[in-house]
Amino acid sequence: MNIANLAPLAVVLPFLGAALAFLLIRHSRSQRAVSITTLCVTLMIEIFLLLDASGKGTTAVFIGNWAAPFGITMVVDQFSALMLVVSSAVSLAVLIYATGQGMTDGDEDGPISIFHPTYLILVAGVSNAFLAGDLFNLYVGFEILLTASYVLMTLGGTTPRIRAGVTYVVVSVVSSVLFLISIGMIYAATGTINMADLALKLADLDPATQMILHLMLLVAFGIKAAVFPLSFWLPDSYPTAPAPVTAVFAGLLTKVGVYAMVRTETLLFPGDRINTLLMIVAMLTMIVGILGALAQSDIKRMLSFTLVSHIGYMVFGLAISTVIGLGAAVYYVAHHIIVQTSLFLVTGLIERRGGTANMDRLGGLAKISPFLALLFFIPGMNLAGIPPFSGFLGKLGLLQAGVELGTPLAYVLVGAGVLTSLITLLAIARVWNRAFWRRPEDATHPDPILMATSTDGSAVTTSRRVAGHSTGKFAGRSAVSLLPKTMVGATTGLVLLGVSLTVLGGPLFELSDQAAQQMLDRSPYIDAVLGEGATEAAGVSP
Amino acid sequence: MSVNVTLLVIMGALFAAGIYLLLERSLTRVLLGLIMLANGANMLLLAGGGAAGRAPLYSSGIAPEDYSDPLPQALILTSIVISFAVTAFMLGIIYRSWILGRQDEVQDDIEDRRVASQSSFDAEDDAEIPIETTEFTPIEEAEEAPGNQRAGIGSRASNPRTEER
Repeated sequence: MNIANLAPLAVVLPFLGAALAFLLIRHSRSQRAVSITTLCVTLMIEIFLLLDASGKGTTAVFIGNWAAPFGITMVVDQFSALMLVVSSAVSLAVLIYATGQGMTDGDEDGPISIFHPTYLILVAGVSNAFLAGDLFNLYVGFEILLTASYVLMTLGGTTPRIRAGVTYVVVSVVSSVLFLISIGMIYAATGTINMADLALKLADLDPATQMILHLMLLVAFGIKAAVFPLSFWLPDSYPTAPAPVTAVFAGLLTKVGVYAMVRTETLLFPGDRINTLLMIVAMLTMIVGILGALAQSDIKRMLSFTLVSHIGYMVFGLAISTVIGLGAAVYYVAHHIIVQTSLFLVTGLIERRGGTANMDRLGGLAKISPFLALLFFIPGMNLAGIPPFSGFLGKLGLLQAGVELGTPLAYVLVGAGVLTSLITLLAIARVWNRAFWRRPEDATHPDPILMATSTDGSAVTTSRRVAGHSTGKFAGRSAVSLLPKTMVGATTGLVLLGVSLTVLGGPLFELSDQAAQQMLDRSPYIDAVLGEGATEAAGVSP
Repeated sequence: MSVNVTLLVIMGALFAAGIYLLLERSLTRVLLGLIMLANGANMLLLAGGGAAGRAPLYSSGIAPEDYSDPLPQALILTSIVISFAVTAFMLGIIYRSWILGRQDEVQDDIEDRRVASQSSFDAEDDAEIPIETTEFTPIEEAEEAPGNQRAGIGSRASNPRTEER
């Protein structure tokens, strides 16, 4: 049996899990069990897919056995399989974290019971987008994940979340409409929406028409991926959502946009016509994003800006579009999903332990909770690209590719990449100095939860619980565990996964280079979908 | 391929009105704008499908080009369902926003305004003599002050070292 035929399960299983979780909406314990089991099984299937794809290359699955340009096709290659595995692993960690949070805070009933089904639908949408073999299925995948994300973003319906949710929904809908318009235009021009078929047919079009279609798609995906001039919405909307939701959004949603951009650039519109534009955009994304991060005093907002900035690295790799550059970009996407998510999860823990994520109100966390400090330090250094970590390996690959290309603009881009890496370190160091290193009393307005457990002598390290304080977030509550084991455990797991990217750096780089090679070659993808020899028959050079 | 001018004119009008409404500050108008944009996109899909023809049910003896193209209609159907769901959700948010704030307008991001208005000078990072905020006192100082009792809030920021003694 062909293992790749299991690919649709990556979409179907989370949907089934979501349906079951909806039915169990009154039984939160079984709901949790269902959603965690679903994600575990999905992850296992996807690991099999990845192992299969890394040996065999690209495979296409025809839903309902309809032949390629007519039916719905799902395509598993190294890139999509790698993305599937990383995204499911990250979603599983975040789900366990969120479950821990829900259990500790006693949100047994209330609107939170909608969280599990919606979350599974989000995962299904992400998987569908990664597997989609035609543009419209990609659109549907985007819509599934976006609609789920609207619900998660406005969970609880508080004033700040509604305010941020409105902006987020409007921006996302506009980008989706742009995507739909480009699909309509592409269909009108070529008569197909199957990506492999398009790869052959788009080349016959007039170059000006091609450019219009190309740019339309890039703008639509650029909004979703938060590439610089189109990134304005992200730092505004992400930080207001609950910590686990922000974490999974930061990790996955923008990367789906990047994934779609990579497919557009490599499969649909190969060639270097707009590489200069992409390079400039990548540079601006990196620099403007990271300068924004320096100005923030809220850790979540700071991280949202670093998220925007590091999308620039992926566009950088894509713009260079050599095997090394694209391979490094693939590796960087995997690295960034894991690291950015773990940083947001740690920030959620900081917020619980210190009562706030505002740097002006935090202090002394390194002494109060050394383990929390370690959990922040490792992904922080990883994001900044300090040598043993995967962030360094990814950036090294990108810089190598840039130097190898050797054009003046590529050198400028290499410089911008190094500078961004340095400023990222500075931004992380600012958080470290304020939230972890200084004394709690030195904070401008120390948070009551932080102070309550740090100044009364002996309670400094043992105070894991806060009992009914008169002020602060947990006012009027019975004893609350500030750092529940489940949440810390999930975060630790994800941080370790980030470290393991270094340990597995060799095989992973091999895999991502293979993926890049196949994507740049194009014929494996086209042949897998349309049958052997389709590329030669159409007479298209890769 | 013949072009249906009516469809294109309607599409253009929908896009123009939709973008105009989208730029309004009232949420209800923004929603109306989004609906118009989505419908304009549907029109575009329909126009892209080519001239209308027979219903795409196979019967022998009819040339393939006499049928109308079923794919754009399937796409439009999907996109109508999606925009319907999103519209319903937007209405929910707008209603919630009205309940919470009694206003139907796009709100400013307060934190963003605050960051934008603050000066670039940061007392901790940019002061000429940086304020010492470390938790760890040099060894001789720690010996002089056994127990190293914590003092009150805030007073330390001015001169941490002298107070320790």
